[in-house]
Amino acid sequence: MSYGPKIIDHYENPRNVGNFGTQADVKTRKDVGVGLVGAPECGDVMQLQIKVDQTTGKIEDAKFKCFGCGSAIASSSLATEWLKGKTLDEGLAIKNTQIVEELSLPPVKIHCSVLAEDAIRAAIADYKAKNGLPADADHAQSH
Amino acid sequence: MSLKFPIYLDHAATTPCDPRVVEAMLPYFTEKFGNPGSRNHSFGWEAEAAVDTAREQVAAVLGATDKEIIFTSGATESNNLALRGAALMYEKNPAGSGKCRGHIITSTIEHKAVLDPCKRLQKEGFEVTFLDPPADGIITADMVKAALRDDTILVSLMWANNEIGTINDIPAIGAMLKASGREIIFHTDATQWAAKMPTNVEKDAVDLLSMSGHKIYGPKGVGALYVRRRRPRVRLTSLVDGGGQERGFRSGTLNVTGIVGLGKACEIALHEMDRDTARLAKMRKRLEETITAQLDSTQVNGHREKRLPHIANISFGFVEGESLMMACKEIACSSGSACTSASLEPSYVLKGLGVGDELAHSSLRLSLGRWTTDEHVDYAIEKIVAAVRKLRSLSPLYDMHKEGIDLSKVEWSGH
Repeated sequence: MSYGPKIIDHYENPRNVGNFGTQADVKTRKDVGVGLVGAPECGDVMQLQIKVDQTTGKIEDAKFKCFGCGSAIASSSLATEWLKGKTLDEGLAIKNTQIVEELSLPPVKIHCSVLAEDAIRAAIADYKAKNGLPADADHAQSH
Repeated sequence: MSLKFPIYLDHAATTPCDPRVVEAMLPYFTEKFGNPGSRNHSFGWEAEAAVDTAREQVAAVLGATDKEIIFTSGATESNNLALRGAALMYEKNPAGSGKCRGHIITSTIEHKAVLDPCKRLQKEGFEVTFLDPPADGIITADMVKAALRDDTILVSLMWANNEIGTINDIPAIGAMLKASGREIIFHTDATQWAAKMPTNVEKDAVDLLSMSGHKIYGPKGVGALYVRRRRPRVRLTSLVDGGGQERGFRSGTLNVTGIVGLGKACEIALHEMDRDTARLAKMRKRLEETITAQLDSTQVNGHREKRLPHIANISFGFVEGESLMMACKEIACSSGSACTSASLEPSYVLKGLGVGDELAHSSLRLSLGRWTTDEHVDYAIEKIVAAVRKLRSLSPLYDMHKEGIDLSKVEWSGH
């Protein structure tokens, strides 16, 4: 697979790697939303966590971990960069096509960007569910 | 000494030509270009003499006689000629009779150049038993014995496996077949074995043996098939008809340059085998032991002792294959991912051994060669360990594993 410079940069220097606690910890944290998407047997698992400032409603921090190819790592790394400072609605407006464009993902790797979009939606949905906010019907559909 | 990148650790895929081989070949492209089939001038005689010498050199490394060596285009052709040629020659019932034409035994972890000809024969009315090796990758004489039938005509098993380097006990299987007193032809795909490890087709009771030039520091596009001439005299139906070269087994003007190269490679191997083997085994052992000592959830695939000196196949848990290859880009090696990833073909050999049963594995095959040094191995160890550590620091699965979560029990969203 020959990748463009942006994918290589995110792969070699991934941004915002980490989490806000163990799986058990984050489950109970109301200010944290967790998205865990993909499956090991498909070769991609993305975990995206967002930390929301409860007063402003903005995503103050985002962290990821990813088991997957270079494109999957780059897509999730980019997603954390874009999420920081956004409101939940702004976060939900991020489309996989923007990730494809920004990273110049090759066609066979489009699914990585779709997975990153899924991870964003899952993390925001988890935060909303924990805080009793209504789920966004438009975005509930899965791919 | 400064290292040149990338470092080549894929000698099971192909080897560089030994400069001594190239030197031996060169005159046969230009001055000595004759066709060995030309019987009435010196150009032909010169070429024929060169082919005769090569035939003796190949025979010597196999413990065979020169009349038993058929030159081919490589191990794939040798395997096809052996399997198809023997099956068609020794069939019990003719095609179209509606009865089983004959029974063939092979294994599920053979190279595709054995599996696919067997599958074709199966479609054409032969019955094939594909033996499934246990987790150590070894097919034993007992397993073969248990699969024998009254109508078994052919057994084909690789001497050493190309992905994991495990060695079947070919002499024991050959002896068992001979002792059975039945007329069963025994073929071995020795592509990874011949001219690397001591071979004696007489003692080892092999009837047909395939080998390749480019795996043994010879050129690509040339190989050989050993065909036993005595006890029993093995006959084959030819696949390529024409001028009747190679005693009618394989028509076509001989690839003189390639054949000279194959012969020279065998001659060198005969003299340097012991030294190469000892050196390679030491390096491979260090490679495997250091990597598995420095990384948890890592395993060497295949039987630990019954293996070739130069092939290491290592699986790393919680790391994805393509990103591992990306992180190891200064090392030219093969990835045989046991898990299914969008970009990597899963290895049927590793799957056959049950390596894929554990989730989220990826595997590397590192194969050392004549010019691999300790510095190369040190570099590979350092690079691979760093890559796996880096990818695990990114891996949510490794975190979950550390937290004691059983990955097989998690409900994955899939995609």
